Amino acid sequence: MRALTDFTIASDEAASGDGGGATLAFSGPMTVASLGPIDARIRDVPAPLARIDMTGVTRIDTVGAWVAWRVAQRTGARIVNCKPEAERLIAAVSQADDNREPVAGERLPLFSRVPARVGETIIGLGRGTLQVLGFLGLYVQACWALLRRPSTFRTKALVHQMELVGVNALGIIALMSFLVGIVIAQQGAVQLRQFGAEIYTVNLVGRLTLRELGILMTAIMVAGRSGSAFAAQLGTMKLTEEVDAMRTIGVSPMEALVIPRILATMIMMPLLGIYSAFLGIVGGAFLSSLTLGIPFFTFLARIQEVVPLHDVWVGLVKGPVFGLIVAVSGCYQGLQVRNNAEEVGTRTTAAVVMAIFMVIVLDAFFAVFFTEIGWG
Amino acid sequence: MRECPDIPIRVRGLKNVFGDHVVHEGLDLEVRKGEIIGVVGGSGTGKSVLMRSIIGLQVPAEGEIEVLGSSITDARDDEDIDIRSRWGVLFQGGALFSTLTVAENVEVPLREFYPEIEDELRHEIARYKVLLSGLPANATRKYPSELSGGMKKRAGLARALALDPELLFLDEPTAGLDPIGAAAFDQLILGLQQTLNLTVFLITHDLDTLYEICDRVAVLADRKVIACGTIPELLALDHPWIQEYFNGPRGRAAQSAKQRNGAASEQQKG
Repeated sequence: MRALTDFTIASDEAASGDGGGATLAFSGPMTVASLGPIDARIRDVPAPLARIDMTGVTRIDTVGAWVAWRVAQRTGARIVNCKPEAERLIAAVSQADDNREPVAGERLPLFSRVPARVGETIIGLGRGTLQVLGFLGLYVQACWALLRRPSTFRTKALVHQMELVGVNALGIIALMSFLVGIVIAQQGAVQLRQFGAEIYTVNLVGRLTLRELGILMTAIMVAGRSGSAFAAQLGTMKLTEEVDAMRTIGVSPMEALVIPRILATMIMMPLLGIYSAFLGIVGGAFLSSLTLGIPFFTFLARIQEVVPLHDVWVGLVKGPVFGLIVAVSGCYQGLQVRNNAEEVGTRTTAAVVMAIFMVIVLDAFFAVFFTEIGWG
Repeated sequence: MRECPDIPIRVRGLKNVFGDHVVHEGLDLEVRKGEIIGVVGGSGTGKSVLMRSIIGLQVPAEGEIEVLGSSITDARDDEDIDIRSRWGVLFQGGALFSTLTVAENVEVPLREFYPEIEDELRHEIARYKVLLSGLPANATRKYPSELSGGMKKRAGLARALALDPELLFLDEPTAGLDPIGAAAFDQLILGLQQTLNLTVFLITHDLDTLYEICDRVAVLADRKVIACGTIPELLALDHPWIQEYFNGPRGRAAQSAKQRNGAASEQQKG
């Protein structure tokens, strides 16, 4: 148990030679560790006091000095019988007592904060859309500049990013696609069995994975893996002024950081998408051979017959577009980081949310579009 | 109950290894109560690693470290916490929490160790610590990103002093400050050390700091503390690095500056 500060108040008539009046006598240690519980009581001591007696104080630090000084100021008392140490500390804190600034940053009251947030969000959405378009413009411009001077292209960075975005994702995408293939085949077979049409499980798995699910799931996975990584990397580089350092050396961050990431994602996304679709089909074939009595290789052979080639094209065309969306939102959000570490977090979240949302919106658009042009 | 021993920091036979790179081997150091000890050494001699070992951020391969009478190297967690409330650390860049205001930064250790202190007193403490550290009052509610490098260091110092520690660790406090700012920071440290009766462990490259405020200087080289003493004592040794360090052009400039200052204050007294 820590020793606490204590105090007594005495109306000392005997000391009337000293002007009389009440004396507040502190005793025990007066430190940050001992003052917390009794601070409220000290605040309630009625003014005026004549003296504050420090005779019984065993140890004192600046917090104790501050508390004694504050009482003295409020009650108009004199501080007496200080040890030299206490005197020194009280002198130090009395130099530092004209700070009336609020401790927290500015915050609006709740009823005006909510509408303010709504307004800010809406304005931010509009401004954000414009800024993303501006960023895309910058990207296209940088690509154009690169085309005219192809020697400045950073092949190494591109290959490195392709490895991070594509090769390193192979394992997790394989696992995910294989399992989703199994689920589609299993659930599809249960429903189709009611019509005696179990054989159409092949059509279901083949067309669904190649057209829609392969690329969509890959885009979501890449947004979570790489889009977030882009935002966090670039955001941290912004905070540590690495991006500024690049500019002063004459290296364009657009060329060195953004283009390799976006290009790598655009190249790897269709490849990962088709890879994911194939593994989905393998998953479906695996389940069919186990529970539906369709042999594994028969399932694969049937796929070639029932899936039209344009389904493969539909999947492949979407790849680079989704890649562009994921990489642009990651890089854009990362480069928006300005102030502090918290912003790296919020921007990373924003990058992933924005990427997945845009991917799903565009996927719906693609679905309608390809059906309309006869690739149903 | 918790009296400060005469030797608040005692390092014996310290060894630190990164991979196969041996940073320290057989390093001994004793810091006396109430002194400002300056730690110098070339880049890469492990000054920061030594400080990190003493404050428990780096677990050494061998050796014993005793801070304020209790062992860091085999401390249990609950014991550790008591020691941590008795030291303050200023990192090189300030290491302020970037999402909190300066005052809220100062309040973090207070909240952590003494939750029973009520808001009002805690705010008051934060406010006067900000002023004691030489910051203007309007810095209280600013965020670290709004502060200059020198102000960040002062804010970091305010946080290091939040709990009125007995021991203060400073990692290159004047690096990156302009000469006027650096001299002011030196004086601030000296003033606070005398007022609060601190023991200061100070890593520096700044020769002016060494001459102005350090009581003793420990020289790190060849993986250990090769010498520890006042500057005249060190100058009497003929180790090549020490001679080059203190008798190089910068060393001599700092020395003559100190002598000029000394003479000027003598005259004022007279």
